Amino acid sequence: MKVGLLYSRIRRDEKLLLSELRDRGHEVAKIDVRDEQFSLSDPPESFDGVDVVVDRCLATSRSLYITQFLDAYDVPVVNSAATADVCSDKVKNSLALERAGVPTPTTEVAFTTDSALEIIEEFGYPCVIKPVVGSWGRLMAKVESRSAAEAILEHKATLGHYQHKVFYVQEFVEKPGRDIRVVAVDGEPIAAMTRSSDHWLTNAAKGADVQPFEVDDRVRELVETASDAVGGGLLGVDLMETGEDYTVHEVNHNVEFKALNDAVDVDVPATVVDWLESTVESETEATA
Amino acid sequence: MADTITAEDPLTGEEIEIPADVEVGEIVDSPATGAELEVISVDPVTLEEAPELEEDWGE
Repeated sequence: MKVGLLYSRIRRDEKLLLSELRDRGHEVAKIDVRDEQFSLSDPPESFDGVDVVVDRCLATSRSLYITQFLDAYDVPVVNSAATADVCSDKVKNSLALERAGVPTPTTEVAFTTDSALEIIEEFGYPCVIKPVVGSWGRLMAKVESRSAAEAILEHKATLGHYQHKVFYVQEFVEKPGRDIRVVAVDGEPIAAMTRSSDHWLTNAAKGADVQPFEVDDRVRELVETASDAVGGGLLGVDLMETGEDYTVHEVNHNVEFKALNDAVDVDVPATVVDWLESTVESETEATA
Repeated sequence: MADTITAEDPLTGEEIEIPADVEVGEIVDSPATGAELEVISVDPVTLEEAPELEEDWGE
């Protein structure tokens, strides 16, 4: 098959994928999004003959628009524009999880600092303010007092972009010093790891310690439902242990897997390529 | 140790060692300054200072 790999930076994740694709004899077109121009009707030449495009754009805005263009051109893309749309926005993400009956932390949204402060006071301390669009744990705030809340809200209101005036407030979940990342394809877990840190943020990008995690039946069920809720694809589902159950706080559509690949015995890029092959095969059969 | 090649650091003008299997678009750290450099072409390898991370980058 011919795979178009959309990128703006080749990270180790993309390099692992490229190696696996080339080792299997697949043709790969690396497409640097910074060089492309998109018309309303015809795909750029770089996309000629590709069976599937793998969207590995770092920038959410690019990912959102390009997947829409590819949909318009009928060029298959993973993840889909619909999945990217839901996953890139924490409000849409939370709504999708709630709608699907997936346990997710209690969350409320307000559009003014006064209303946001009322939510925070209602939740009590600590609670969490998250940017609606963002990654790697950046600009996440654990709010421990009213005075801190007032300062954070004032700062957010002056940051400039309208998205910072969408105040997304979430209960603070007392997790056991770790959370769980499951990488899955169309709801089927490939592998999972725990991410532990003394810090309340346990992102691998923030240097959390990662260990393999054995997926149990409940996690499997939640991952499948969460994946369906956001439209499926290659996803990173993040869960926290609450004692008796799990809560799913996020589903990521531009999933990084190098830390997971190092932590587990499963060959993650190989499994992703297996899935790409079967996705293209089903697509070809469907259009035959 | 992985194979390495040399390329010119665009910031210092020095020859630096980078992995031999670099890809166009890959980011390498300058061993001299720690700066992030982007691989612009291979054969021969040319490097440029990598763009800053933007707000919405990442997973």
